[in-house]
Amino acid sequence: MQGRKILPSTSAPPAPWHSLQKAAMLKVLDPGILTTIQDAGRWGYQVYGVPTSGAMDLPALRAANQIVRNAPDEAALEIHSPVVLQTDAPHLIAMTGADARFEINGRAVPTWMSVFVRASATIAVAPKRTGGWIYLAMHGGIDVPRVLGSKSTFLRGQFGGLEGRALAAGDQIPIGAQTIGDLVAAAGRGADKRAHRRTEIRVILGPHHDWFAPEAIATLTETKFTLTETADRMGYRLRGNALAGMRTQELISCGVPLGAIQVPPDGQPIVLMADHQTTGGYPIIATVVTEDISHVAQSAPGDLLAFRAVDLK
Amino acid sequence: MIHSQPRLLPAGDSALLIGFADEIDDSVNNRVHALVHALRAQTRPEILDLVPAYSSLLVCYDPRRVSFTEMCALLQSALESLQTYTPPEPRLVEIPTQYGGEFGPDLAFVARRNIIAEDDVIRLHTSVVYRVYFVGFAPGFAYMGSVPDQIAAPRMETPRTRVPAGSVGIAGRQTGIYPMETPGGWRIIGRTALPLFDPNCDPPAFLRPGDRVQFVPI
Repeated sequence: MQGRKILPSTSAPPAPWHSLQKAAMLKVLDPGILTTIQDAGRWGYQVYGVPTSGAMDLPALRAANQIVRNAPDEAALEIHSPVVLQTDAPHLIAMTGADARFEINGRAVPTWMSVFVRASATIAVAPKRTGGWIYLAMHGGIDVPRVLGSKSTFLRGQFGGLEGRALAAGDQIPIGAQTIGDLVAAAGRGADKRAHRRTEIRVILGPHHDWFAPEAIATLTETKFTLTETADRMGYRLRGNALAGMRTQELISCGVPLGAIQVPPDGQPIVLMADHQTTGGYPIIATVVTEDISHVAQSAPGDLLAFRAVDLK
Repeated sequence: MIHSQPRLLPAGDSALLIGFADEIDDSVNNRVHALVHALRAQTRPEILDLVPAYSSLLVCYDPRRVSFTEMCALLQSALESLQTYTPPEPRLVEIPTQYGGEFGPDLAFVARRNIIAEDDVIRLHTSVVYRVYFVGFAPGFAYMGSVPDQIAAPRMETPRTRVPAGSVGIAGRQTGIYPMETPGGWRIIGRTALPLFDPNCDPPAFLRPGDRVQFVPI
């Protein structure tokens, strides 16, 4: 048969032999509260008032993806309360983020490591403390459509992720195509769990620090603040000694960055998080450095936070 | 106060705030949007996002690719090239609006506060061509100004928990439209059925910075 070309029976090119074609679904048995699909965020649309959204703990999301050999910014489940899921196909998964109970078919399995799950298995995740953000990544990623370039859910806007909403019981989450080569390479992979959570948060002063008296800057960096119950994807409200502003004129609205520490008239600071509004009119006394935002995010109501001003390198 | 030179300030380690002025000024706002156009045209991978407002521009950048100092140099040269920039012709957009009644629960308040008739509030609101200064606060929410002095009104002390989508409001001398149902403190005088935000379109916001807007009573 030398020299004779064998034509495929269909007009479509044949699938590579090493790729699994079947689309897998993760079924939601217990959705938890405000469990959403998040990737590394929606960038480029703040000019239209669209927040960046994305994972509250970005390094943990990226670690989970790295373990299961997904692209680092791929979508995963962001979990904040007990969740139970069921597989209909084999998967390679990893759980990172806050300390949590992670069980497959009722048996504890390691976190921060790739774990093989069979079909028809039950996956249970439960944070050990209130306020913990957990990421469950599946090899193949989550196959929901991108909205404005991202799979992140923006709940207030009701778009992105799974139909723009939190997970509900009975939902079927589509998992992206897996490849055997990657599954093999990911087996036994782990990532270094962050040793401990920082409670001293590095900040860069400004951009409106000149709206505050020097005493207010000292209060920010020399006294501690308590995280209140009002801590969600938009922002984390803190309670402490009031930060007194100096100027009587109102600040006109300007763009505000992730991690900005805004000070409303009551002097109690708010740290802006993933779903924060793109512009605001409260002065920003300091901004949390990017690396430390996840440490703020993983605090629980009642925790004490200290801020330390550092120079921009 | 308009600064003689724009101020470039760090806003954390991944963003930089360019401040042109401490006040709202049309020519300053033009410069902000001109800078956005110029930077977008450069399509630099180190710039992750641009957030224009009245008189400032927040530039979000990737600190792994570029430092604050390098960003300042890049932005200074972009600012210099603005001297020769000609902005595109602004679009004129009409917003058909139903005023008063169930659609404008605060129309009476605005009229009483300014000691004019409700019909005069409508007449004055629709008599001006407003500029879209920027889009922020919520997806597609255009900050527009300035309304005639005679219909200016303060925000509500306690915001409503729900403002219906399409609600047209006044706060101070600003006017705006809520693209989706959100809490809000602006004084609601009417409602439009025009869709202002669709995440399945790119660009997703119907109103864009620099647009000129006129409300039309229906």
